[in-house]
Amino acid sequence: MPIETASLTSKVRAIEAGGHVVAIHFVGESAAIATGKGEILIVGGNKALIKAHKGAILAAAGDGKRIFTTGDDGKLIATDIEGEGETLADSGGKWIDQVALGPSGAIAWSVGKAAFVRANKGERSLEVRSTVGGLAFAPKGLRLAIAHYNGATLWFPNADAKPEMLAWKGSHLGALFSPDGRFLVTTMQEQALHGWRLADGQHMRMSGYPTRVRFLSFTANEEWLATSGAQELILWPFRTRDGPMGKEPFMLAPGRNETRVTAVACHPKQELLAAGYSDGTVMLVRLADAAEVLVSRPSGAPVSALAWRGDGKILAFGTEGGKAGLLTV
Amino acid sequence: MSDKIPVTVLTGYLGAGKTTLLNRILSEPHGKKYAVIVNEFGEIGIDNDLIVGADEEVFEMNNGCICCTVRGDLIRILDGLLKRRGQFDGILVETTGLADPAPVAQTFFLDDTVGGRMVLDAVVTVADAKWLKERLKDAPEAKNQIGFADIILLNKTDLVTPEELRDVELRIRAINPYAKIHRTERCDVPIQSLLGQGAFDLQRILEIEPQFLAGDHHHDHHHHDGHDHGHHHHNGGPKHYHDEDMQSLSLRSDKPLNPDKFLPWINDLVAKEGPKILRCKGILSFKDDPQRFVLQGVHMVLDGDHQRDWKPDEKRESRLVFIGRELDAAAIEQAFLACVA
Repeated sequence: MPIETASLTSKVRAIEAGGHVVAIHFVGESAAIATGKGEILIVGGNKALIKAHKGAILAAAGDGKRIFTTGDDGKLIATDIEGEGETLADSGGKWIDQVALGPSGAIAWSVGKAAFVRANKGERSLEVRSTVGGLAFAPKGLRLAIAHYNGATLWFPNADAKPEMLAWKGSHLGALFSPDGRFLVTTMQEQALHGWRLADGQHMRMSGYPTRVRFLSFTANEEWLATSGAQELILWPFRTRDGPMGKEPFMLAPGRNETRVTAVACHPKQELLAAGYSDGTVMLVRLADAAEVLVSRPSGAPVSALAWRGDGKILAFGTEGGKAGLLTV
Repeated sequence: MSDKIPVTVLTGYLGAGKTTLLNRILSEPHGKKYAVIVNEFGEIGIDNDLIVGADEEVFEMNNGCICCTVRGDLIRILDGLLKRRGQFDGILVETTGLADPAPVAQTFFLDDTVGGRMVLDAVVTVADAKWLKERLKDAPEAKNQIGFADIILLNKTDLVTPEELRDVELRIRAINPYAKIHRTERCDVPIQSLLGQGAFDLQRILEIEPQFLAGDHHHDHHHHDGHDHGHHHHNGGPKHYHDEDMQSLSLRSDKPLNPDKFLPWINDLVAKEGPKILRCKGILSFKDDPQRFVLQGVHMVLDGDHQRDWKPDEKRESRLVFIGRELDAAAIEQAFLACVA
């Protein structure tokens, strides 16, 4: 029998996003919801609907002031809370699949096999061996990880040194550095994660998922990497020198009736996680005691976006079916 | 959200007429919208709102299986198109003339996101009636495309004599006796005979019978579910199919099979011989099982399920066919027959 769960569903402000919710990022106090219709819906202090891209929005990133969206129209656009857009890149129609933000205003994006970085010293690009699967900046310095087929490339765009190749067979689709910068983790086509300890290139295999992993999020204390892709939230331990090498993951908040975790976002300040499921359910889960609170009941379509405001006071979520919501915690 | 988006794959050697076919599908007044994925180096001149260039990146899965390949670019593009769901009715994937259709097909079985939201409808191969025989001699890709096809458009028939046409059909049948062949001049074929085929849909496996030469019989026969129309007239059709290295193998047993013998055997066979097997398909009768068991596969990827009850008037026999290269027919047949309950 399912345990009677506490519920915050009545506190959620429901929003019709109008299309597949691709990503949500906060701009100032407001949530910016990016959709498959190429629109950005700004909800919060003010409300606006901006037609940013001609086709679908494919990826998005945010720095708290602007949302950076890429589209299948080949454009990279930064949009502020007033809805003012600035086109930062235009590939002439080729899809811009990835976008990532780094320290001190650096931005990276990719078009096919080419990764681009724009920082204060100008713009540079690097071609890797196959289409870029994911981009991530290291937490410090200007260092970009580029995930691709058979590994990841580490590149210092400001240095002339040859980019470093981290090899591992298979297709790598996403990338994330640990907050202390010691580890790089990629999501793979093979329904697994791969990791490297950067100091010595030691490999870490994190496998056993029934579906591809799409969301990676470190807890506020930086000790756990929370992931989607399984029936439960899967958390890998990163607190020790060896990271998750040789360790079992910790599991939380199993989905009901065969549903799977499709999105996860850790609270920026507390040991609290938001999890979204394949039936549209959204839950809050406390790390300390695994206590669960229901945020949104099943709406049919998988949860495809989850985001906390920087101060941790608002959670935003969205689904492939175009439902979205804001919860003030 | 439950309906999966159908995806049709168009293959064919260089110059056979894939772009002509694509434009024909797009321009017919069917009222449907298609997203089109083309190879970036292919011919241009396709008139469609939603058109995406692909790179044909074939990725091996890191699972120790050399034939478990997927099209990485396709996964990325289909993921992107899923964000525009509702804005189109189906997807057409055009491959380059040199492409192997297997990684495209396997993408739908090996990737959970794609497989969960989209369904491979059929592999349609356009073949040049005049040049196909030459290509079959010197281009292994062309042979793969014929062997893999559910539907073959034998195109440019106006450029060959009736004898040459019959000859090239015999060559096709030697490789793939199961595909539907349409003779066309400028890919002029009714769109409904290409789309909505459900060729990989287990629930739609009805019969496994070789298709005969288009000119050899002219009766209209529609395959209704379970209707045993029993046409076994081999008049004039080839009884023995032969190709130098690619062949089809058809197995049959009217004694029920033991699933505890058959299923481990077929799993082991595709695991070991997967690289040589392009396609396989089966309708099986298991002992003490009131239901038909159906399966179909691409190289090492096998998909099987119970389909429906055997009908009272239906002959309970097991059929299993393979299309592949250098298959050891005698050994496979012996092992299959050893699975009898």
